[in-house]
Amino acid sequence: MTLDKIIDPALKKVPKIEVKDVKVWYSDFNAIKGISMDIKPNTVTAFIGPSGCGKSTFLRLFNRMNDYIDGFKLDGKIKINGDNIYKKKINIEELRKEIGMVFQKPNPFPKSIFDNVAYGLKIQGINDKKFIAERVEKALKQADLWNEVKDDLKKSALSLSGGQQQRLCIARTLAVEPSIILMDEPTSALDPISTAKIEELIFELKEKYTIIIVTHNMQQASRISDYTAFFYLGELIEFDKTKKIFTNPEKQQTENYITGRFG
Amino acid sequence: MNNIQKNRLKDQIFKIWGIGCTLFGLVILFFFIGDILIDGIQRIDWSFITDLPSRKAEKSGIYTALMGSIWILCLTTVIALPIGIAAGIYLEEYSKKGKLSALLEINISNLAGVPSIIYGLLGLEVFVRIMSLGASVLAGSLTLSLLILPIIIVATREAIKAVPTSIKDASYALGASKWQTIWYQILPASSGGILTGVILALSRAVGETAPLIVIGALAYVPFAPSTPMDEFSVLPIQIFNWISRPQHGFIENAAAAIIILLLITFVMNGIAVYFRNKWQKKLK
Ligand SMILES: Nc1ncnc2c1ncn2[C@@H]1O[C@H](COP(=O)(O)OP(=O)(O)O)[C@@H](O)[C@H]1O
Ligand SMILES: [Mg+2]
Repeated sequence: MTLDKIIDPALKKVPKIEVKDVKVWYSDFNAIKGISMDIKPNTVTAFIGPSGCGKSTFLRLFNRMNDYIDGFKLDGKIKINGDNIYKKKINIEELRKEIGMVFQKPNPFPKSIFDNVAYGLKIQGINDKKFIAERVEKALKQADLWNEVKDDLKKSALSLSGGQQQRLCIARTLAVEPSIILMDEPTSALDPISTAKIEELIFELKEKYTIIIVTHNMQQASRISDYTAFFYLGELIEFDKTKKIFTNPEKQQTENYITGRFG
Repeated sequence: MNNIQKNRLKDQIFKIWGIGCTLFGLVILFFFIGDILIDGIQRIDWSFITDLPSRKAEKSGIYTALMGSIWILCLTTVIALPIGIAAGIYLEEYSKKGKLSALLEINISNLAGVPSIIYGLLGLEVFVRIMSLGASVLAGSLTLSLLILPIIIVATREAIKAVPTSIKDASYALGASKWQTIWYQILPASSGGILTGVILALSRAVGETAPLIVIGALAYVPFAPSTPMDEFSVLPIQIFNWISRPQHGFIENAAAAIIILLLITFVMNGIAVYFRNKWQKKLK
């Protein structure tokens, strides 16, 4: 399956995600117990819930990052623009170029800043130096890091601060020009100022991308997301507009969690 | 005496015991090296290195044995390095973790502990006889390759294991294939560790005597090998041969050859330590 087939160009790269009765096991452990939800294009969706409730597991389903885990088993369907991404014929590498991911701990490669951002293009076999340089600059600008690093792109990425490293990881993801970006607690290892920067960034990115973000920070969820999903013990308890979840949730469990009464 | 004092005393005793043990090993080593140096150092000159072996001790040199050792070293590297690293990568990154891979793992670790003479017997049967390679450099290198493969495989796996999963995750998440992730991320990040293991393994190979004697390497060869199919000798065998001679001159020769052999292994170990330090810094 080719990239065009997953992401219909006619839809201007704004795919829709449909999850249908998804269950996940790690060996015998049932981590996700039957979840269905639709995620709209160009929105920010926040996943909240206590530790171990399956947020990361669920998020990593969208770019098939659980595939390598021993004992991982999936039941149900996940469709992106109508195509089941777990069907046999799918090209996982192509899928991941469309669906970028930012991790909890900044994880730059032990290479230069430039090489970090260029990596995704290099592995696609792109050699055009000018093209790569332009993309790298664009991505670093989008991630609001360009001004800080433009004079030493050759410097090791590991010499950057934690917040800068995380923005570099975002730039690295953007350079591949995905349409969906998954973020797993991207600010939990960062200081408040870096966190604010990244939240701002997410707000800007929403125009072009569909973003799903796992967060432990209720304020963060309410500040940046359009939709919020509350998970508990492998189940989706409530999924609605963020405003509704935070002001007038349907379920008692949701209310208890967001008001800090448990979790 | 209360408990704290008792523990302190125990601490002190253990410390002194530890220092004693360390010193014991070092003193013996220094004594040995000193002894060798006194016997052999005045024997080392350029002609000792470039002369062919001879019946007269003072005219004898190590040229053929040294060349044999270098040939063996190079050929063993060429054979064992790609196979060992590839096997390590396979076991760590490709093979399904299960009973079979656990069995394989235990076996490989055990192989690293098999006495080297057993490898000699295997080499004699398989390479010298069945494959009719004779007592050639190639047969010797293949035998030593078998001997050091487990070490290289284990070192490769350890080095790959030390690469943080977060880096692999990042690579996969950007759409890299398994091979690209191995080639662009895992191997560069683990190369220092792999190299260290490889060099240590090779420095073991260069000191091995028993398996080469078993496959029929000679103590006396008139010429240095010029193809992989030639007969050969190596430094340890030359040393072994000289030591067993009654004339005092040969004892000096043996001591001098030991100095050269030690020098080679020290240099190789030094390089290994250098790479390990550099690598550890890079990963931090
Ligand atoms: N690789 C794994 N193998 C086995 N169990 C796992 C694995 N990863 C996560 N789990 C289990 O699955 C559940 C959900 O984990 P996770 O998705 O990481 O939760 P969250 O991100 O919400 O904290 C937890 O109970 C966790 O112990
Ligand atoms: Mg998590």
